[in-house]
Amino acid sequence: MAWERKHLLDIQSLSAEEILTVLDTARAFKAVGERAIKKVPALRGKTVVNLFIEPSTRTRISFELAAQRLTADVINFSAEASSLKKGETLKDTARNLQALNADIIVIRHSASGAPHFLARFLEASVVNAGDGAHEHPTQALLDAFTIRERKGKIEGLNVTILGDILYSRVARSNIWAMTKLGARVTLCGPSTLVPRVFEQMGCRVTYDVNEAIADADIINLLRIQHERQRQTMFPSIGEYTSLFGLTQARLARTKPEALIMHPGPINRGVEIDSEIADSKRSLITEQVTNGLAVRMAVLFLINGGQGPQGVAA
Amino acid sequence: MRRVLTRIAHEIAERNENSGDVVLVGIQRGGVFLARRLASTLTTIWNQPVPIGELDVSMHRDDLDHRASRIDMKPTIIPFDVTGKTVILVDDVLFSGRTTRAALDALNDFGRPQRIQLAVLVDRGHRELPIKADFVGKNVPTAAQERIDVRFEEEGGADGVTLEKA
Repeated sequence: MAWERKHLLDIQSLSAEEILTVLDTARAFKAVGERAIKKVPALRGKTVVNLFIEPSTRTRISFELAAQRLTADVINFSAEASSLKKGETLKDTARNLQALNADIIVIRHSASGAPHFLARFLEASVVNAGDGAHEHPTQALLDAFTIRERKGKIEGLNVTILGDILYSRVARSNIWAMTKLGARVTLCGPSTLVPRVFEQMGCRVTYDVNEAIADADIINLLRIQHERQRQTMFPSIGEYTSLFGLTQARLARTKPEALIMHPGPINRGVEIDSEIADSKRSLITEQVTNGLAVRMAVLFLINGGQGPQGVAA
Repeated sequence: MRRVLTRIAHEIAERNENSGDVVLVGIQRGGVFLARRLASTLTTIWNQPVPIGELDVSMHRDDLDHRASRIDMKPTIIPFDVTGKTVILVDDVLFSGRTTRAALDALNDFGRPQRIQLAVLVDRGHRELPIKADFVGKNVPTAAQERIDVRFEEEGGADGVTLEKA
Protein backbone atom coordinates (compact mmCIF):
# COMPACT_ATOMS: atom_id res chain seq x y z
CA MET A 1 0.00 0.00 0.00
CA ALA A 2 1.25 3.44 -0.83
CA TRP A 3 1.66 6.53 1.28
CA GLU A 4 2.83 9.50 -0.75
CA ARG A 5 1.88 12.41 1.49
CA LYS A 6 4.32 14.78 3.10
CA HIS A 7 1.72 16.32 5.42
CA LEU A 8 -1.29 15.18 7.39
CA LEU A 9 -3.64 18.15 7.25
CA ASP A 10 -7.12 16.64 7.33
CA ILE A 11 -9.14 13.48 6.85
CA GLN A 12 -11.32 15.01 4.15
CA SER A 13 -8.63 14.68 1.48
CA LEU A 14 -7.54 11.14 2.43
CA SER A 15 -8.77 8.07 0.60
CA ALA A 16 -10.13 5.07 2.48
CA GLU A 17 -7.00 3.19 1.42
CA GLU A 18 -4.73 5.84 2.91
CA ILE A 19 -6.65 5.77 6.18
CA LEU A 20 -6.28 1.99 6.29
CA THR A 21 -2.54 2.30 5.61
CA VAL A 22 -2.20 4.46 8.72
CA LEU A 23 -4.25 1.99 10.77
CA ASP A 24 -2.18 -1.00 9.59
CA THR A 25 1.06 0.82 10.32
CA ALA A 26 -0.24 1.84 13.75
CA ARG A 27 -0.84 -1.81 14.60
CA ALA A 28 2.89 -2.48 14.25
CA PHE A 29 3.69 0.54 16.42
CA LYS A 30 1.22 -0.48 19.11
CA ALA A 31 3.24 -3.66 19.58
CA VAL A 32 6.37 -1.55 20.14
CA GLY A 33 4.68 0.10 23.13
CA GLU A 34 4.08 -3.29 24.71
CA ARG A 35 7.74 -4.33 24.72
CA ALA A 36 10.33 -3.88 27.45
CA ILE A 37 12.19 -1.47 25.14
CA LYS A 38 9.53 0.86 23.78
CA LYS A 39 11.70 2.74 21.37
CA VAL A 40 12.70 2.30 17.73
CA PRO A 41 15.23 4.33 15.72
CA ALA A 42 12.94 5.19 12.79
CA LEU A 43 13.22 9.00 13.20
CA ARG A 44 16.73 9.09 14.58
CA GLY A 45 18.27 12.52 14.02
CA LYS A 46 14.96 14.15 13.03
CA THR A 47 13.52 17.13 14.85
CA VAL A 48 9.83 17.37 15.66
CA VAL A 49 8.39 20.69 16.84
CA ASN A 50 5.13 20.71 18.78
CA LEU A 51 3.77 24.14 17.88
CA PHE A 52 0.79 24.40 20.19
CA ILE A 53 -0.69 27.86 19.76
CA GLU A 54 -3.86 26.68 21.48
CA PRO A 55 -3.37 25.01 24.86
CA SER A 56 -3.52 21.23 24.95
CA THR A 57 -2.14 18.71 27.34
CA ARG A 58 -3.16 15.25 26.21
CA THR A 59 -2.58 15.68 22.48
CA ARG A 60 0.75 17.41 23.06
CA ILE A 61 1.94 14.73 25.43
CA SER A 62 0.83 12.02 23.02
CA PHE A 63 2.71 13.61 20.10
CA GLU A 64 5.73 14.25 22.30
CA LEU A 65 5.92 10.66 23.49
CA ALA A 66 5.27 9.36 19.96
CA ALA A 67 8.20 11.37 18.62
CA GLN A 68 10.45 10.27 21.48
CA ARG A 69 9.60 6.62 20.93
CA LEU A 70 10.70 7.09 17.33
CA THR A 71 14.00 8.54 18.62
CA ALA A 72 13.31 12.03 17.24
CA ASP A 73 14.30 15.18 19.12
CA VAL A 74 11.27 17.11 20.31
CA ILE A 75 10.78 20.79 21.02
CA ASN A 76 7.60 21.94 22.71
CA PHE A 77 6.41 25.37 21.88
CA SER A 78 3.41 26.93 23.57
CA ALA A 79 1.72 30.21 22.84
CA GLU A 80 2.06 31.57 26.38
CA ALA A 81 5.83 31.36 26.45
CA SER A 82 6.54 32.38 22.88
CA SER A 83 7.31 35.37 20.75
CA LEU A 84 3.75 35.21 19.41
CA LYS A 85 2.94 37.09 22.58
CA LYS A 86 5.41 39.73 21.43
CA GLY A 87 3.58 40.24 18.16
CA GLU A 88 5.32 37.79 15.85
CA THR A 89 3.11 36.31 13.16
CA LEU A 90 2.50 32.59 12.78
CA LYS A 91 4.32 32.66 9.46
CA ASP A 92 7.46 34.18 10.99
CA THR A 93 7.35 31.79 13.93
CA ALA A 94 7.11 28.83 11.59
CA ARG A 95 9.90 30.18 9.36
CA ASN A 96 12.13 30.52 12.38
CA LEU A 97 11.46 26.95 13.37
CA GLN A 98 12.30 25.87 9.87
CA ALA A 99 15.52 27.85 10.04
CA LEU A 100 16.47 25.54 12.90
CA ASN A 101 16.03 22.64 10.46
CA ALA A 102 12.89 21.21 12.01
CA ASP A 103 11.73 18.21 9.99
CA ILE A 104 8.15 17.89 11.22
CA ILE A 105 5.93 20.61 12.68
CA VAL A 106 2.92 19.46 14.67
CA ILE A 107 0.52 22.37 14.96
CA ARG A 108 -2.51 23.03 17.11
CA HIS A 109 -4.19 26.34 16.39
CA SER A 110 -7.51 28.00 17.15
CA ALA A 111 -7.86 29.12 13.52
CA SER A 112 -9.21 26.65 10.98
CA GLY A 113 -6.77 26.14 8.12
CA ALA A 114 -3.62 27.19 10.01
CA PRO A 115 -1.85 23.87 9.22
CA HIS A 116 -2.75 24.17 5.53
CA PHE A 117 -1.35 27.69 5.56
CA LEU A 118 1.97 26.49 6.97
CA ALA A 119 2.16 23.57 4.56
CA ARG A 120 2.01 25.98 1.62
CA PHE A 121 5.34 27.63 2.34
CA LEU A 122 7.28 25.34 4.66
CA GLU A 123 9.78 22.71 3.53
CA ALA A 124 9.07 20.74 6.70
CA SER A 125 6.22 18.25 7.03
CA VAL A 126 3.13 19.58 8.80
CA VAL A 127 0.79 17.56 11.01
CA ASN A 128 -2.55 19.02 12.03
CA ALA A 129 -3.09 18.43 15.76
CA GLY A 130 -6.40 20.29 15.70
CA ASP A 131 -7.31 23.51 13.90
CA GLY A 132 -10.24 25.49 15.25
CA ALA A 133 -13.53 23.73 14.64
CA HIS A 134 -12.22 22.27 11.38
CA GLU A 135 -10.38 18.96 11.83
CA HIS A 136 -8.42 16.86 14.29
CA PRO A 137 -7.24 14.09 11.99
CA THR A 138 -5.16 12.01 14.42
CA GLN A 139 -8.15 11.82 16.79
CA ALA A 140 -10.32 10.38 14.01
CA LEU A 141 -7.56 7.95 13.05
CA LEU A 142 -7.15 6.72 16.61
CA ASP A 143 -10.92 6.37 16.97
CA ALA A 144 -11.03 4.36 13.74
CA PHE A 145 -8.10 2.24 14.94
CA THR A 146 -9.83 1.55 18.26
CA ILE A 147 -13.12 0.63 16.60
CA ARG A 148 -11.43 -1.64 14.08
CA GLU A 149 -9.42 -3.35 16.81
CA ARG A 150 -12.49 -4.05 18.94
CA LYS A 151 -15.10 -4.71 16.26
CA GLY A 152 -12.85 -6.20 13.58
CA LYS A 153 -14.16 -3.78 10.97
CA ILE A 154 -15.79 -0.40 10.49
CA GLU A 155 -17.84 -1.00 7.36
CA GLY A 156 -21.51 -1.43 8.12
CA LEU A 157 -21.31 -0.29 11.75
CA ASN A 158 -23.70 2.25 13.22
CA VAL A 159 -21.69 5.06 14.78
CA THR A 160 -23.50 7.69 16.82
CA ILE A 161 -21.74 10.93 17.69
CA LEU A 162 -23.47 12.63 20.59
CA GLY A 163 -22.91 16.13 21.90
CA ASP A 164 -21.47 19.39 20.65
CA ILE A 165 -21.04 18.78 16.92
CA LEU A 166 -21.05 22.38 15.73
CA TYR A 167 -17.88 23.42 17.53
CA SER A 168 -16.16 20.05 17.29
CA ARG A 169 -13.22 19.34 15.01
CA VAL A 170 -13.27 15.80 16.41
CA ALA A 171 -16.79 15.38 15.04
CA ARG A 172 -15.87 16.65 11.57
CA SER A 173 -12.77 14.47 11.27
CA ASN A 174 -14.69 11.48 12.61
CA ILE A 175 -17.57 12.00 10.21
CA TRP A 176 -15.13 12.00 7.28
CA ALA A 177 -13.23 8.96 8.51
CA MET A 178 -16.30 6.89 9.42
CA THR A 179 -18.22 7.61 6.22
CA LYS A 180 -15.15 6.94 4.05
CA LEU A 181 -14.69 3.58 5.79
CA GLY A 182 -18.33 2.65 5.25
CA ALA A 183 -19.97 3.26 8.64
CA ARG A 184 -23.43 4.80 9.03
CA VAL A 185 -23.06 7.97 11.10
CA THR A 186 -25.82 9.45 13.26
CA LEU A 187 -25.41 12.82 14.92
CA CYS A 188 -27.37 13.84 18.00
CA GLY A 189 -27.38 16.74 20.45
CA PRO A 190 -29.16 20.02 21.14
CA SER A 191 -30.50 21.43 17.87
CA THR A 192 -28.41 24.57 18.36
CA LEU A 193 -25.25 22.43 18.34
CA VAL A 194 -26.27 19.92 15.65
CA PRO A 195 -27.45 21.87 12.62
CA ARG A 196 -29.15 19.99 9.80
CA VAL A 197 -26.42 21.14 7.43
CA PHE A 198 -24.35 18.16 8.62
CA GLU A 199 -26.68 15.94 6.61
CA GLN A 200 -24.72 17.14 3.57
CA MET A 201 -21.71 15.22 4.92
CA GLY A 202 -23.68 11.99 4.60
CA CYS A 203 -24.91 11.76 8.20
CA ARG A 204 -28.28 11.27 9.80
CA VAL A 205 -29.27 14.01 12.25
CA THR A 206 -31.69 13.38 15.10
CA TYR A 207 -32.55 15.20 18.30
CA ASP A 208 -33.95 12.17 20.10
CA VAL A 209 -31.10 10.62 22.04
CA ASN A 210 -32.86 7.32 22.74
CA GLU A 211 -33.46 6.83 19.05
CA ALA A 212 -29.90 7.88 18.21
CA ILE A 213 -28.31 5.25 20.41
CA ALA A 214 -30.83 2.41 20.02
CA ASP A 215 -29.07 0.73 17.07
CA ALA A 216 -25.59 2.10 17.68
CA ASP A 217 -22.54 -0.16 17.70
CA ILE A 218 -20.36 2.75 18.78
CA ILE A 219 -21.45 5.77 20.83
CA ASN A 220 -18.87 8.54 20.59
CA LEU A 221 -19.51 11.22 23.19
CA LEU A 222 -18.22 14.75 22.78
CA ARG A 223 -17.59 17.26 25.49
CA ILE A 224 -19.49 20.53 25.55
CA GLN A 225 -16.82 23.02 24.56
CA HIS A 226 -17.65 25.98 26.75
CA GLU A 227 -14.51 27.75 25.60
CA ARG A 228 -15.64 27.79 21.98
CA GLN A 229 -19.21 28.91 22.47
CA ARG A 230 -19.88 32.53 21.83
CA GLN A 231 -23.17 32.50 23.62
CA THR A 232 -25.13 29.96 25.53
CA MET A 233 -26.42 27.38 23.09
CA PHE A 234 -28.57 25.52 25.64
CA PRO A 235 -30.20 26.61 28.89
CA SER A 236 -28.06 24.79 31.46
CA ILE A 237 -25.62 21.95 32.04
CA GLY A 238 -28.28 20.23 34.13
CA GLU A 239 -30.73 20.34 31.25
CA TYR A 240 -28.09 19.04 28.83
CA THR A 241 -27.40 16.10 31.13
CA SER A 242 -31.05 15.25 31.55
CA LEU A 243 -31.75 15.48 27.80
CA PHE A 244 -28.52 14.12 26.27
CA GLY A 245 -26.26 12.73 28.99
CA LEU A 246 -25.38 9.05 28.74
CA THR A 247 -26.95 7.65 31.89
CA GLN A 248 -27.30 4.06 33.05
CA ALA A 249 -30.99 4.20 32.17
CA ARG A 250 -30.24 5.25 28.60
CA LEU A 251 -27.38 2.78 28.24
CA ALA A 252 -29.72 -0.04 29.29
CA ARG A 253 -31.73 0.53 26.11
CA THR A 254 -28.77 0.20 23.75
CA LYS A 255 -27.44 -2.96 22.15
CA PRO A 256 -25.42 -4.90 24.75
CA GLU A 257 -22.39 -4.94 22.45
CA ALA A 258 -22.44 -1.17 21.92
CA LEU A 259 -19.17 0.45 23.03
CA ILE A 260 -18.61 3.93 24.45
CA MET A 261 -15.91 6.31 23.26
CA HIS A 262 -14.89 9.82 24.27
CA PRO A 263 -11.96 11.91 23.03
CA GLY A 264 -11.49 13.43 26.48
CA PRO A 265 -11.26 15.33 28.66
CA ILE A 266 -14.46 13.85 30.07
CA ASN A 267 -16.86 15.76 32.27
CA ARG A 268 -18.15 13.09 34.62
CA GLY A 269 -21.81 13.53 35.40
CA VAL A 270 -22.36 15.88 32.46
CA GLU A 271 -22.17 14.01 29.15
CA ILE A 272 -21.40 10.64 30.72
CA ASP A 273 -22.22 8.87 33.99
CA SER A 274 -19.13 8.25 36.06
CA GLU A 275 -19.70 4.48 36.27
CA ILE A 276 -20.17 4.17 32.51
CA ALA A 277 -16.84 5.91 31.92
CA ASP A 278 -15.13 3.29 34.06
CA SER A 279 -17.13 0.31 32.78
CA LYS A 280 -16.01 -2.50 30.49
CA ARG A 281 -17.97 -0.95 27.66
CA SER A 282 -15.88 2.21 27.79
CA LEU A 283 -12.91 2.44 25.41
CA ILE A 284 -11.73 5.78 26.78
CA THR A 285 -8.34 4.67 28.13
CA GLU A 286 -7.75 2.37 25.15
CA GLN A 287 -8.21 5.41 22.93
CA VAL A 288 -5.33 7.11 24.74
CA THR A 289 -3.05 4.07 24.27
CA ASN A 290 -4.00 3.78 20.62
CA GLY A 291 -3.51 7.51 20.08
CA LEU A 292 0.17 7.07 20.78
CA ALA A 293 0.49 4.23 18.25
CA VAL A 294 -1.45 6.15 15.60
CA ARG A 295 0.66 9.27 16.06
CA MET A 296 3.85 7.20 15.79
CA ALA A 297 2.50 5.77 12.55
CA VAL A 298 1.65 9.23 11.19
CA LEU A 299 5.07 10.69 12.03
CA PHE A 300 6.73 7.61 10.54
CA LEU A 301 4.70 7.66 7.32
CA ILE A 302 5.01 11.35 6.52
CA ASN A 303 8.75 11.11 7.06
CA GLY A 304 9.21 7.92 5.03
CA GLY A 305 10.49 8.30 1.52
CA GLN A 306 10.56 12.03 1.71
CA GLY A 307 13.30 13.28 3.95
CA PRO A 308 13.89 16.91 4.88
CA GLN A 309 16.57 17.24 2.24
CA GLY A 310 14.07 16.16 -0.37
CA VAL A 311 15.93 12.93 -1.10
CA ALA A 312 13.73 10.90 -3.36
CA ALA A 313 13.86 7.19 -4.03
CA MET B 1 12.73 -24.78 -3.19
CA ARG B 2 11.60 -27.74 -1.09
CA ARG B 3 14.89 -29.62 -1.62
CA VAL B 4 16.94 -26.54 -0.79
CA LEU B 5 14.98 -25.89 2.40
CA THR B 6 15.34 -29.53 3.50
CA ARG B 7 19.11 -29.23 3.06
CA ILE B 8 19.25 -25.94 5.02
CA ALA B 9 17.20 -27.51 7.82
CA HIS B 10 19.67 -30.38 8.05
CA GLU B 11 22.60 -27.96 8.07
CA ILE B 12 20.98 -26.03 10.90
CA ALA B 13 20.45 -29.29 12.81
CA GLU B 14 24.04 -30.31 12.21
CA ARG B 15 25.46 -26.99 13.37
CA ASN B 16 23.27 -26.68 16.46
CA GLU B 17 23.41 -29.79 18.60
CA ASN B 18 21.50 -28.31 21.50
CA SER B 19 18.17 -28.18 19.70
CA GLY B 20 16.23 -26.87 22.71
CA ASP B 21 17.99 -23.50 22.44
CA VAL B 22 17.19 -22.86 18.79
CA VAL B 23 14.46 -20.43 17.72
CA LEU B 24 13.66 -19.25 14.21
CA VAL B 25 12.86 -15.62 13.41
CA GLY B 26 11.59 -14.85 9.91
CA ILE B 27 12.01 -11.38 8.44
CA GLN B 28 8.73 -10.11 6.98
CA ARG B 29 7.53 -11.14 4.60
CA GLY B 30 9.19 -13.95 2.65
CA GLY B 31 11.41 -14.89 5.59
CA VAL B 32 8.34 -15.71 7.65
CA PHE B 33 7.11 -18.30 5.14
CA LEU B 34 10.59 -19.80 4.95
CA ALA B 35 10.93 -19.89 8.74
CA ARG B 36 7.64 -21.77 9.04
CA ARG B 37 8.75 -24.36 6.50
CA LEU B 38 12.18 -24.76 8.09
CA ALA B 39 10.53 -25.13 11.49
CA SER B 40 8.31 -27.95 10.30
CA THR B 41 11.32 -29.89 8.91
CA LEU B 42 13.38 -29.18 12.05
CA THR B 43 10.50 -30.33 14.24
CA THR B 44 10.64 -33.69 12.45
CA ILE B 45 14.45 -33.93 12.71
CA TRP B 46 14.61 -32.97 16.38
CA ASN B 47 11.29 -34.51 17.35
CA GLN B 48 10.32 -31.38 19.26
CA PRO B 49 8.61 -28.14 18.27
CA VAL B 50 10.79 -25.20 17.21
CA PRO B 51 9.50 -21.72 18.19
CA ILE B 52 8.96 -19.23 15.35
CA GLY B 53 8.97 -15.44 15.51
CA GLU B 54 8.12 -12.81 12.89
CA LEU B 55 10.13 -9.63 12.56
CA ASP B 56 9.34 -6.46 10.61
CA VAL B 57 12.45 -4.32 10.32
CA SER B 58 10.92 -1.19 8.71
CA MET B 59 11.26 0.79 11.93
CA HIS B 60 14.97 -0.04 12.16
CA ARG B 61 16.03 0.68 8.59
CA ASP B 62 18.69 3.31 7.95
CA ASP B 63 17.46 4.21 4.49
CA LEU B 64 13.88 5.35 5.08
CA ASP B 65 14.67 8.70 3.50
CA HIS B 66 16.02 7.12 0.35
CA ARG B 67 13.46 4.46 -0.40
CA ALA B 68 10.32 4.76 -2.40
CA SER B 69 7.51 5.18 0.08
CA ARG B 70 6.12 1.69 -0.30
CA ILE B 71 5.94 0.89 3.35
CA ASP B 72 3.77 -2.10 4.07
CA MET B 73 4.37 -2.80 7.68
CA LYS B 74 3.61 -6.25 9.04
CA PRO B 75 3.42 -7.16 12.70
CA THR B 76 6.46 -8.15 14.71
CA ILE B 77 5.62 -11.17 16.85
CA ILE B 78 8.35 -12.68 19.02
CA PRO B 79 6.35 -14.93 21.37
CA PHE B 80 9.38 -16.09 23.40
CA ASP B 81 12.38 -14.67 25.24
CA VAL B 82 15.37 -14.58 22.92
CA THR B 83 17.89 -14.11 25.75
CA GLY B 84 20.35 -17.00 25.82
CA LYS B 85 18.85 -18.59 22.69
CA THR B 86 20.39 -19.39 19.34
CA VAL B 87 18.36 -17.25 16.96
CA ILE B 88 18.32 -18.27 13.31
CA LEU B 89 17.33 -15.21 11.28
CA VAL B 90 15.59 -16.26 8.08
CA ASP B 91 15.25 -14.08 4.97
CA ASP B 92 14.46 -14.80 1.35
CA VAL B 93 17.11 -12.68 -0.40
CA LEU B 94 20.44 -11.42 0.95
CA PHE B 95 21.53 -8.34 -1.01
CA SER B 96 23.07 -5.18 0.53
CA GLY B 97 22.91 -6.64 4.05
CA ARG B 98 21.02 -3.61 5.33
CA THR B 99 17.89 -5.59 6.14
CA THR B 100 20.00 -8.02 8.16
CA ARG B 101 21.67 -5.16 10.02
CA ALA B 102 18.23 -3.68 10.82
CA ALA B 103 17.08 -7.12 11.99
CA LEU B 104 20.09 -7.45 14.30
CA ASP B 105 19.24 -4.05 15.81
CA ALA B 106 15.57 -4.96 16.17
CA LEU B 107 16.41 -8.25 17.86
CA ASN B 108 18.55 -6.33 20.36
CA ASP B 109 15.37 -4.68 21.66
CA PHE B 110 13.96 -8.07 22.59
CA GLY B 111 16.87 -9.40 24.60
CA ARG B 112 20.38 -10.76 24.26
CA PRO B 113 20.58 -13.96 22.24
CA GLN B 114 23.49 -16.29 22.88
CA ARG B 115 24.22 -16.26 19.17
CA ILE B 116 22.53 -15.26 15.92
CA GLN B 117 22.88 -17.17 12.66
CA LEU B 118 21.59 -16.13 9.26
CA ALA B 119 19.78 -18.40 6.79
CA VAL B 120 18.82 -17.11 3.34
CA LEU B 121 17.20 -18.73 0.33
CA VAL B 122 19.14 -16.64 -2.22
CA ASP B 123 22.43 -14.79 -1.82
CA ARG B 124 22.71 -12.38 -4.75
CA GLY B 125 25.91 -10.60 -3.71
CA HIS B 126 26.52 -6.80 -3.68
CA ARG B 127 27.01 -6.55 0.07
CA GLU B 128 27.37 -3.03 1.49
CA LEU B 129 28.05 -4.22 5.04
CA PRO B 130 30.29 -6.90 6.57
CA ILE B 131 27.52 -9.50 6.75
CA LYS B 132 27.71 -13.12 5.66
CA ALA B 133 25.05 -15.83 5.71
CA ASP B 134 25.60 -19.04 7.70
CA PHE B 135 23.18 -21.05 5.58
CA VAL B 136 22.60 -20.30 1.88
CA GLY B 137 20.04 -21.96 -0.38
CA LYS B 138 21.61 -20.79 -3.61
CA ASN B 139 24.21 -18.25 -4.65
CA VAL B 140 22.91 -16.25 -7.61
CA PRO B 141 25.38 -13.82 -9.19
CA THR B 142 23.45 -10.73 -10.27
CA ALA B 143 23.96 -7.24 -11.58
CA ALA B 144 23.05 -4.53 -9.07
CA GLN B 145 20.16 -3.22 -11.19
CA GLU B 146 18.53 -6.62 -11.66
CA ARG B 147 15.60 -7.70 -9.51
CA ILE B 148 15.17 -11.00 -7.72
CA ASP B 149 11.57 -11.95 -7.14
CA VAL B 150 10.74 -14.79 -4.73
CA ARG B 151 7.18 -16.12 -4.74
CA PHE B 152 5.55 -18.44 -2.23
CA GLU B 153 2.60 -20.83 -2.32
CA GLU B 154 1.37 -19.11 0.85
CA GLU B 155 0.65 -15.97 -1.21
CA GLY B 156 -1.32 -17.97 -3.77
CA GLY B 157 0.35 -19.37 -6.87
CA ALA B 158 3.43 -21.53 -7.02
CA ASP B 159 6.84 -21.33 -5.36
CA GLY B 160 9.48 -19.77 -7.56
CA VAL B 161 12.49 -17.51 -7.85
CA THR B 162 12.88 -15.30 -10.91
CA LEU B 163 15.64 -12.96 -11.99
CA GLU B 164 14.44 -9.91 -13.89
CA LYS B 165 16.97 -8.22 -16.11
CA ALA B 166 17.25 -4.49 -15.71
